Amino acid sequence: MASITTQIFQQLVNGLSLGSIYALIALGYTMVYGIIKLINFAHGDIMMVGAYSGWFAITALHLPFLPALLFSMVSCALLGVIIERIAYKPLRNASRIAALITAIGVSLFLEYGGMLVLTAQVRTYPPVFPETMYVVGGVYFKYGDIVMLVTSVVLMSLLHFTVQYTKVGKAMRAVSFDQEAALLMGINTNNIISYTFAIGSALAAAAGVLMGVYFNTIDPLMGIIPGLKAFVAAVLGGIGIIPGAMVGGLMLGLVESIVSGLGASTWRDAVAFLILILVLIIKPSGLFGKNVREKV
Amino acid sequence: MRNWFNRKNIVSLLAIVLLYAVVQGLIVFDIMPAFYKLTLILICIYIILSTSLNLINGVTGQFSIGHAGFMAVGAYVSAMVTVLMHGPLLLGLLAGAAVAGLAGLLVGLPTLRLNGDYLAIATLGFGEIVRIIFLNMDIVGGAAGFTLPSKITWTWAFILMVVSVVLIKNFVSSTHGRACISIRENEIAAESMGINTTKYKVMAFTIGAAFAGLAGGIYANYMYIIQPGTFSFLKSFDILVMVVLGGLGSISGGIVGAIVYTLISALLAGIPAWRLVITAVFLVVMMIFRPTGIMGTKEFSLGFLRKKGEKNAASKN
Repeated sequence: MASITTQIFQQLVNGLSLGSIYALIALGYTMVYGIIKLINFAHGDIMMVGAYSGWFAITALHLPFLPALLFSMVSCALLGVIIERIAYKPLRNASRIAALITAIGVSLFLEYGGMLVLTAQVRTYPPVFPETMYVVGGVYFKYGDIVMLVTSVVLMSLLHFTVQYTKVGKAMRAVSFDQEAALLMGINTNNIISYTFAIGSALAAAAGVLMGVYFNTIDPLMGIIPGLKAFVAAVLGGIGIIPGAMVGGLMLGLVESIVSGLGASTWRDAVAFLILILVLIIKPSGLFGKNVREKV
Repeated sequence: MRNWFNRKNIVSLLAIVLLYAVVQGLIVFDIMPAFYKLTLILICIYIILSTSLNLINGVTGQFSIGHAGFMAVGAYVSAMVTVLMHGPLLLGLLAGAAVAGLAGLLVGLPTLRLNGDYLAIATLGFGEIVRIIFLNMDIVGGAAGFTLPSKITWTWAFILMVVSVVLIKNFVSSTHGRACISIRENEIAAESMGINTTKYKVMAFTIGAAFAGLAGGIYANYMYIIQPGTFSFLKSFDILVMVVLGGLGSISGGIVGAIVYTLISALLAGIPAWRLVITAVFLVVMMIFRPTGIMGTKEFSLGFLRKKGEKNAASKN
């Protein structure tokens, strides 16, 4: 029986490290949705750009892991703000469908623009971490897994601190609560929306670098499926709710590794989407969401 | 008693027959290059797809982005009927459409309670699940794909396209269609006027899904091979772009959108690396400067051909 317990714990460890990546991407989705009610389909592709800039920083600039992570976060934050200013801002008052289609357009642009610039060739991430393994009671902890978990926990705590205790965070919450009222209170909503995109994109970039390190390979279309799954995670936790995204991401990671552990890894993606549909049907506001009555 | 043989209907019929005859002549006498024929048949398939998606997204005002999922159901079911069960082509196409419609009913019943973005995501999830199911089905070849003979000719594709468009157009102008439009305009107001909104939403969704299945069947029986990868999110997105390009809610707009988009894709086929980049930029620019599409909600009609008396009668009705 001991081997089964170890197996379960092993899958839990794998699930948590994968789930922390989903959680980081889901945070960006949730923040953007919370503030301008837009499903930013390009978010997964920003993660891809983050993975590539991290790769560039490590191989071409010979930076160690942490500076490379920071480099990719800063460059993606800039990219996020540029995208918001060029593509989304003119559509702030347009119909939701127009905004959604624009988001899909931006996503395609990043994917295939990336393919054009970087070629479709799969790149190998350089090994940034030693291949050390720690064995605790038969469960293997890879050095990389630990760094990943620690990095995501640190970033999430930073985000939590920013949103709860700083002036920008307070303004963000105000804007997501009521944009017009926030504007009347003297909050520069345009800047706050840009900050939100910057923070969300930086988190996605961090997720991209971690993903590159975790799976060793990156390619221009790598953002599509994790992007969609992170969205599932955001909906699972209740879209627009920051702790919900964290919990949703971790849960999705766990479910996936359990499904893989049961030997059905080809069905992994289908299970994620099935969870999505079930959540939407049973409790569309997500695990942490409150039901809001629609006013006529 | 309505007179079916008014001037407008006769002119449309003549135009359709003429278009068919010209293309058929060019094909029979081998004047048309194979690539043009492929593009024309693809245009027929995409017209069915965009018109059926228009019924859901444009006319009823719901937001589905999983249309390729229904197309995949139709494609695989019709392939199974024609190849594995050796059934006739028409039976295969109809079976594909029926099963896709059933899938639409099953998906629509629970998910159409959701609105806006949530419905979009649920349909997206459905499309991906369908793709993964076919990917894991060994009987239809899994990821490698399923090969089948190419039986669809220009005649088949064209007739099925015309029939689909006429059926959907008539649905939109019927009582049911009006109910769907009222849901698009204001769901709460429609409900308070006594319209069973769920019923009409599910009805539009099911009909749209069935025609997507029909288009999938035509695609499968023309293309020699179908792979789950063909029916990915990107395909749903292509169809959505056609509808938005032509004008959400305008049947003729959807047709124009399908033609323009397929032609653009065919023109850019020589530079595949740039194709989607150009499409993406075009889309973003279009959404910023003309979000209503080419036609808006206007229809191209032959109304000017009616006689004065008929026109007055029509305006009185």
